[in-house]
Amino acid sequence: MNTSSSSVIPPAEPPGGWRGVVTDWSGDRATFRVPWGKAMMWIFLLSDTFVFSSFLIGYMTVRMSTTATWPNPAEIFALSVNGHSVPLLLIAIMTFVLITSSGTMAMAVNYGYRRDRDKTAACILATAYLGVAFVGMQAFEWTNLIVHEGIRPWGNSMGAAQFGACFFMITGFHGLHVSAGVIYLLTVMRKVLNGTLERRGNYELVEIAGLYWHFVDLVWVFIFALFYLW
Amino acid sequence: MESSTTPASVAPHVAATGGEHTGQQHAVGLYLKVWGLLFVLSTFSYLVDYANLQGYLRWGLILVLMVAKAGLIVAVFMHMRWERLALVYAILIPPLALLVLMSLMASEADFTFVTRLAHFR
Repeated sequence: MNTSSSSVIPPAEPPGGWRGVVTDWSGDRATFRVPWGKAMMWIFLLSDTFVFSSFLIGYMTVRMSTTATWPNPAEIFALSVNGHSVPLLLIAIMTFVLITSSGTMAMAVNYGYRRDRDKTAACILATAYLGVAFVGMQAFEWTNLIVHEGIRPWGNSMGAAQFGACFFMITGFHGLHVSAGVIYLLTVMRKVLNGTLERRGNYELVEIAGLYWHFVDLVWVFIFALFYLW
Repeated sequence: MESSTTPASVAPHVAATGGEHTGQQHAVGLYLKVWGLLFVLSTFSYLVDYANLQGYLRWGLILVLMVAKAGLIVAVFMHMRWERLALVYAILIPPLALLVLMSLMASEADFTFVTRLAHFR
């Protein structure tokens, strides 16, 4: 293209809407006008979406194709309160704990951009603590299932053998994400507290860690609906 | 960063939302509202099971509540509604391809189920 005519050079800030998408993707420059770490985290989360979705679709396939009876999750995950069996109580508590941790993480990101180091670190610590609580309850849930209900990845006493395989695979992979997230959050909290982000002049790192944590919460929304309520 | 060469005056919407320069900064009240809303929606999906609803009503409610919660988390907590469309489309469109895999596996599972009923029972 003849660059001498200055009128054809696109404006620095492309138009919004669909035209903006075309301009962003066709330009000879960075497509995503976000910090590179944020773009990379989004792309990682996209790949993780595919992994989790494959697990859930595999679970759907074996559940739909088995002729054996599928155990009722509402009964398996019931807790007894004052002698009454309340269905899914443990899962409900775990859900609320994880949603709350997402809320505290959103606060941490917000306080980070407000340059409030102490509140940011406190919110991250609260998030990590709630994450540990979640994993703790999952350990309790697994112990209960393995020791008392006799459920194994290859079978169980109450119906379809695929139940154990799906359960341990899906919740185990999610629990692994929560555990790794807690370690991730604590390293970010350390950087907040010792002033690394202050010297760097931005708190993007907190937002990127937040994306990961919200994603873990997001995956639980799908597991909760598709595994425990189905 | 390359985009720092952009004068703020050319991009009023970037300055207004925080955009890529100062990061995502929004009112704390918004996060609290979404947090509360997620609690309410979770309670509803829990009640769907507690009330022992069955059939299409159960599945409709479970899926609607699931999508509403996922949408809130992605849009507000993960700041997707303030991102540029180029990023939004790059992240949200590929998962739609999974619907193809889902329908393929559903029809396959149906076939396997019918075959098992016919020959192994």
